[in-house]
Formats: sequence, C-alpha cells, structure tokens
Amino acid sequence: MEEIRTAFAAAFKLIVTLDHNLFEIVGLSLYVTLTAVLIACLIGLPLGALLAVGRFPGRHLVVVFINSLMGLPPVVVGLVVYLMLSSAGPFGVLQLLYTPTAMIIAQALLVTPIIAALSRQIIEALHGEYDEMLRSMHAGRMATLSTLIWDARYSLVTAALAGLGRAFAEVGAVMIVGGNINHVTRVMTTAIALETSKGELALALGLGIILVGLSIMINTALMSLRSEMERMAYA
Amino acid sequence: MTHRRPITLLLGAATALSLLSSTAIADGFIIVQSTTSTQNSGLYDVLLPQFQKASGVEVRVVAVGTGQAIKNATKCDGDVLLVHAKAAEEKFVADGFGISRSDVMYNDFVIVGPAADPAGIAGSSDITAALKAIAIAGAPFASRGDDSGTHKKELSLWRATGYGPAAASGTWYRETGSGMGATLNVGTGMGAYVMTDRATWIAFGNKGGHKIMVEGDKALFNQYGIIAVNPENCPYVKSVLAQKFIDWILSPSGQDAIGAYKRDGQQLFFPNAS
Repeated sequence: MEEIRTAFAAAFKLIVTLDHNLFEIVGLSLYVTLTAVLIACLIGLPLGALLAVGRFPGRHLVVVFINSLMGLPPVVVGLVVYLMLSSAGPFGVLQLLYTPTAMIIAQALLVTPIIAALSRQIIEALHGEYDEMLRSMHAGRMATLSTLIWDARYSLVTAALAGLGRAFAEVGAVMIVGGNINHVTRVMTTAIALETSKGELALALGLGIILVGLSIMINTALMSLRSEMERMAYA
Repeated sequence: MTHRRPITLLLGAATALSLLSSTAIADGFIIVQSTTSTQNSGLYDVLLPQFQKASGVEVRVVAVGTGQAIKNATKCDGDVLLVHAKAAEEKFVADGFGISRSDVMYNDFVIVGPAADPAGIAGSSDITAALKAIAIAGAPFASRGDDSGTHKKELSLWRATGYGPAAASGTWYRETGSGMGATLNVGTGMGAYVMTDRATWIAFGNKGGHKIMVEGDKALFNQYGIIAVNPENCPYVKSVLAQKFIDWILSPSGQDAIGAYKRDGQQLFFPNAS
C-alpha cells in the first residue's frame, strides 16, 4: 500500500511542479497517438463503410480478416514496421526508424482495423434502416457512403475512441520502432516501462496514474463534444 | 463544420507542445545501440550532455540487450555499438560489421539473493561453488534468458559448474526473457537469486530484502566495449560523428566523466580505455 501512496504523491509532484520532462513526454504521446488515430480514421471509416454497403465476392472473408486484426498484438505490428523501416529493410532509405513518424505509422496500422471493423458494424446496422429510402432516392455509391458515415457520426465517435484507447495504452509497438530514446521518442507508456525496469515502481505507477487521468480527460472531452453535436443537430 | 474544431485544436496543441519541448538543438545526431545496464544505471544521463556540450553532437541511445543491440547494428540501425560481450563484439568486427573494438570501462557482476539465503552462499567469493550450491538446493534463480551480455556471461559461468540449468528451466531456474531491471523485479518478487551487473544493482530502486551474496570472483569481471558500425556495409551510417563520439569517450575527458559517476557514493563504472 505504501507503494501506491508514494505513487499518488509522485504523480501529484510531477504535475504541480510542471515537470519539464513530463510535459515533453505527454506532448509526444498526444501528438503520436492523435495523429495515428486521425490517419486510422481517414482510412478505417471509408473502408468500414465500403465493407458495410459493398457487395462483392470475398467480402465476408475480408470482414472476418479485419475483425481478426483487431486482436493484433502491438509487438507484432512493431516488429513488422521495424523490419520495413530498418536500414536493411525495403524502406530503409527513408531513415524513419527511431523517429516519432515511425511510431505514428505503427500505431496507425494497429488502430485502422479496429476503426474499420467497428464502423463496418455500426454502418451496416444503419444501412439496414436506410436501404429502402436510399434506393427510392436513387442514391449513387458515393452519396450512399457519405450519407451513412454522416448519419452514423455519433456512434462512429465511439469507434474512434476505441482506437484511441488502444493506441494510447500500447507499449509494444512504439518501444520497438521508437527505441524509447530520451527527448526524441520517449512516450508515457515507454517511460513507465523504463521506470519499472529501473525498479522505480512508485514513479512508474505515478506516470500510470497521469496516463489514466489524461485518458479520462480526452474521453470526457470527446463524449461531451458528441452530446453537444447531438444537441445542436436535434435542437 | 465548426464542431470539428476542438479535435483540430487538441491535435494542434499536442503538436505545438511536442515541438516546443524538443530541447536538443544539435548539429547532428547519432544512434548508439547499447545495453539496458548502462541506461538503467543512469550513466548516459550524465555522460551524454557533457559530450553534446563539447561537440554539438546529440547522442540517441537505444537500450536493449547486448544480443539485440548487435543484431540491430548488423542491420545498420545504429552508428555506434556500446555493449558487454567481448566474444560477440569481436565476431561482429571480424564479420566486417564493425570497424574496430576498444575497451571503454568495466565493473563486475554480483549474485544478489534473499536474506533467507536458501542455498547458503552469502559472503562467498567463489562463483562456481555458489552456483553449484544453488543448483543442489534447487533454490529459485531468475535468469535473463534473453541472449544479453549478462545472460551470455551467466551461461558461461553455469557451464563451468557442470550443472546445466536448461534442464531445470521452469522449476527452480526461471528465464524471464527480459531486461536486467525487469529480471531484478522478478527476483525480488519471488525471492530468487539473480546475477546482475553491480551498476544496475546499486541504482536499482526495488531491492526489497535482497542483498549481494556473491562478489569478488575474477570470473565475474564485466568489460564494456565500443565499436563504430562499418560504413562499407551501411551507407547511412554517420561515420564522422560516430568516430567523434568514440574518440571522446576514450579520451581523458570521457574517461574522467565515467569515473566520476557515482550513485549512493559508489562508483559504478571504472574507465579502462588503453
């Protein structure tokens, strides 16, 4: 119990003293994760909508495949991205390994299947409701997709939040492709792993408490944004 | 689309924050593939700012086990290798991946264990006898099990005893497959003996009731070496900057900085560049 009390004290001290390293790490965490989730949304939402509406051979297999990718271990994604970006790998010429960009790529790959799979499910349900109406309006493919994505937007926020939670919490992928380099690629989760391995358990847990706090803040912000949007839409 | 703005704002704030906080504005940077023991002991936090001040070159350390560090350097993902497994380092150079190897510093390994000392080895300075006693007693022993420099060393010490711990893996011999600190956390958690470098142990914050049980055997010597990655294999290697770092660390200023680093009043690494 002593450890947990010290952890809260450590977290409190880091926050009130405006610890420079902490802010750097938190800033990089937010930058990497939010960018990755944004990219994942840009790819995952249309992909999910296409799978929900489209009728093509092998669609069922693609859906099963993407659903399975939701359980992809971060460390595997990290390893694949590492092999791609390594100087000896196919994209070595870009020299992106051990940079925040590499971390964004890895997290985007990790999160895209989650957002695609969840939005497929959400939009498919909505499509069932809208199908007749859209047909009667002779809506084209693009119009159908954009109408469905737009009308499902409140539920899709939840899909994005699921992706955000996954990216924010993972350590396996960013550790491998970022290298946990001080001041360059150290984020909340890799800093926690490092402090744990130094045996500084209270400090590690303190950082964990801050991470949870941040996560709560982001979720609250997005959920209140969602209800605000709903309120404005139906006002 | 005004209601999208908060997200953009959040993203913008994060970008600004991370840009603002990227402190080191340097002439260039190199990547050093190194070991968890040197990072966990805090040595780099003291050493690297001094080098950057003297040279303007930023050093980015990727701390993994020696085995993984050498593999990463073999794939050209680093400019300098600073590890502790002399035989593997010499092979790295002989295979043409590194230019040449120099001694940097040394310390020693110790066996730490629970105060209850189930194998009765406290105070021993004979590592072979101590390991034998652990095997005979079947006392829990947590091994790195990750092909790191420390792990390679530990296996070579077991070989000298004639007791192969591999057969006991999963019973009293427990391979954690992780870094030095993580293995120490396991060891203090389950009351197991652990072989660790002295620097990591002194700097370690979660010692629990564990104490140093075995130390002082010549066989526990732990030498660190530094190697520049060979640009003939690796076109992206920053050879000039890498050499600058190596020259500095082998110079009197670098060696003095290593010798001056203390934790709890104890010197962690002893410079011995020739």
